[in-house]
Amino acid sequence: MSDAPYDLHGFRSPEAAAALVERIRALATEPIALMEVCGTHTVAISRFGLRSMLPGTVRLLSGPGCPVCVTPLVEIDRAIAAARIPGVTIATFGDMMRVPGSRSSLEAERARGADVSIVYSPAEALALAAEDSERKVVFLGVGFETTSPAIAATIVEADRRDVRNFLVLPFFKRVPPALEELARVPGRRLDGFICPGHVSVVIGAAAYEPIAHRHGIPCAVAGFEPLDILAAVAALAKQARGRSEGRPARVENLYRRAVTTRGNRRAQEVIDEVYVIGDAEWRGIGTIPGSGYAIRERYAAHDARAALDIDVPAPREPAGCICGEIMLGLKLPGDCPLFGTRCTPRDPVGPCMVSSEGSCAAFHRYERVEAVRGAMDREDR
Amino acid sequence: MSEDQKIKLAHGSGGRLMHELVEETIVERLANPILTELGDSAELADLVEGAAGRIAFTTDSYVVQPLFFPGGDIGKLAVAGTVNDLAVAGARPAYLSLALVIEEGFAIDDLRRVLDSVASTALEAGVSVVTGDTKVVERGAIGGLVVNTSGVGVVPEGVRVGSGLAAEGDAVIVSGTIGDHETAILIAREDLAISETIESDCAPVGGLVEAVLDACPDVHVMRDPTRGGLGTTLNEIASASNTGITIDETRIPIRREVKAICDILGFDPIYMANEGKVVVVAPAGRAGDVVAAMRAHPLGESAAVIGEVGGRRGVYLRTEVGGSRPVVMLEGVQLPRIC
Repeated sequence: MSDAPYDLHGFRSPEAAAALVERIRALATEPIALMEVCGTHTVAISRFGLRSMLPGTVRLLSGPGCPVCVTPLVEIDRAIAAARIPGVTIATFGDMMRVPGSRSSLEAERARGADVSIVYSPAEALALAAEDSERKVVFLGVGFETTSPAIAATIVEADRRDVRNFLVLPFFKRVPPALEELARVPGRRLDGFICPGHVSVVIGAAAYEPIAHRHGIPCAVAGFEPLDILAAVAALAKQARGRSEGRPARVENLYRRAVTTRGNRRAQEVIDEVYVIGDAEWRGIGTIPGSGYAIRERYAAHDARAALDIDVPAPREPAGCICGEIMLGLKLPGDCPLFGTRCTPRDPVGPCMVSSEGSCAAFHRYERVEAVRGAMDREDR
Repeated sequence: MSEDQKIKLAHGSGGRLMHELVEETIVERLANPILTELGDSAELADLVEGAAGRIAFTTDSYVVQPLFFPGGDIGKLAVAGTVNDLAVAGARPAYLSLALVIEEGFAIDDLRRVLDSVASTALEAGVSVVTGDTKVVERGAIGGLVVNTSGVGVVPEGVRVGSGLAAEGDAVIVSGTIGDHETAILIAREDLAISETIESDCAPVGGLVEAVLDACPDVHVMRDPTRGGLGTTLNEIASASNTGITIDETRIPIRREVKAICDILGFDPIYMANEGKVVVVAPAGRAGDVVAAMRAHPLGESAAVIGEVGGRRGVYLRTEVGGSRPVVMLEGVQLPRIC
């Protein structure tokens, strides 16, 4: 076997990690709150046990970075409505299956006979559509700027090959407007953003400049290995000290092996070709202006919203669910009255618990036992 | 393919066509004196005569898709899975039943391939298929073929293992690399374009278990970490024994390719199924003997001590980067990450 270009094992070196933790300890003498907005970061932080290594002064918050979690209830209901139309095949990424809609879920619809397929990429959905022109294949366009270009490229391909039965439900969200919204939340101070690695590959590190300069929040673009994340925490801790000494916040790109300043031009071009920026609703947060992509008129033939009759009544969020406040960093999963009791990964109420990348699911899986034990320890003392 | 070479509903009806199928395709491959009698029940005289010990009995149904995958097929899996359940209970596996539910239209050639696997795996495991059943269902009902095997064996006097017997200070040992089977299945089922071929580790582990018991008759727990993987099995042990278990990520054997694929897809290998591995919990002083016995066996080349029993209740992992996190019971299925 040939040597891989990067030996990723180096990015998990416990010695290097310990050195970074020491540096963080020295820098973070005052409490700081850092937020990541990427489901993969949420999982990586928990899976590698990074919180157990950091000093108590560093608080890591999980923001609205889970694409499934931020898909609003009305859009889930629309997907379910589409699934119920005879002749429609829903093609979706796996996590969407179990998200509860107002009265059902895609998983429940499939059990009732709807044609719902889990796919790994939009290309698979296009192949399904090409195979059977009798069925309308509706691909659920979930995700941030990481997935939007690939889906856009697939729409272009469908258009070129005249695969008319390939449709997309545009659920896309854009990260920078959400960061602006998060920066404006009153009553909660943020000392830094750990910026999403793969989104940044597409949009470039410079996309976060307004956050740093207009809102004064330090930004560090980070990859997904433990050392990537620890390095970002160290950099943000250092910037936080600088802020308290009057130095301006800035954007640091700590994922240079994948992220450039301007981003991926081809991806940006295809996004621009297929989509137009519009407002979008983020579950639990509300409408954020300019935070979504709609499909342009030119490609309307592949827009499921235009092609299908899937208007649904305005839904009501389940009582007691505080996913929105958790995604805004105002509350922790443990603060939710439903957490671990009424709302569990097996029987979830809100989206944060359904998706494996959701804050509550990650907390339940990786951190909860620690938190409970920690609480018990404190009580014993 | 000619019509004669596909299963028809009539093959399950009990008439001539079914008798021919059973005699020519099934019994022919699995022949042994008990099966050839084709009685309504198999009489297992030698199981009871002169056997000092306890009878162990298990059953499993196999619905794996795809039916044929790198490293095995549903036939091999159906024998190995049931044999392994007996073996880790401390039993010497002896006899299996084989029930087939076949979809109308299934290619008989494929059925022959599956039965060849059943026969060769049974031979390897030293068991006989002594009774069985064949049913045919309508096209589209079950993904081609579903297999059930039940197995019976004898646990010799003096052998006593159980999930509830892990004791403070015991060593936790695994017989080899984790995650191979489920990773292989995933790649095959989703037709993922991965350049490396990952093979399922599907294999009967009776011989491996015997070697372990010979070296260390007083192991406390033996389990095969199938559905839900190592993580789920360790949770079951910790819960049944009312103890804690701590394992070290750097000591868990895992193929580089399996780890890389899991990383890309966002899966945690600790929850991926294995079909040819054994987890053993043994007194700390005997750990060396157990590992040596495993490594001397072809199926245990990568055996290693991965952790110990003790501490706060639950299962904990010291991560390769130096952190610590709990390993909880897997909820639902793992799904690949989106971005």
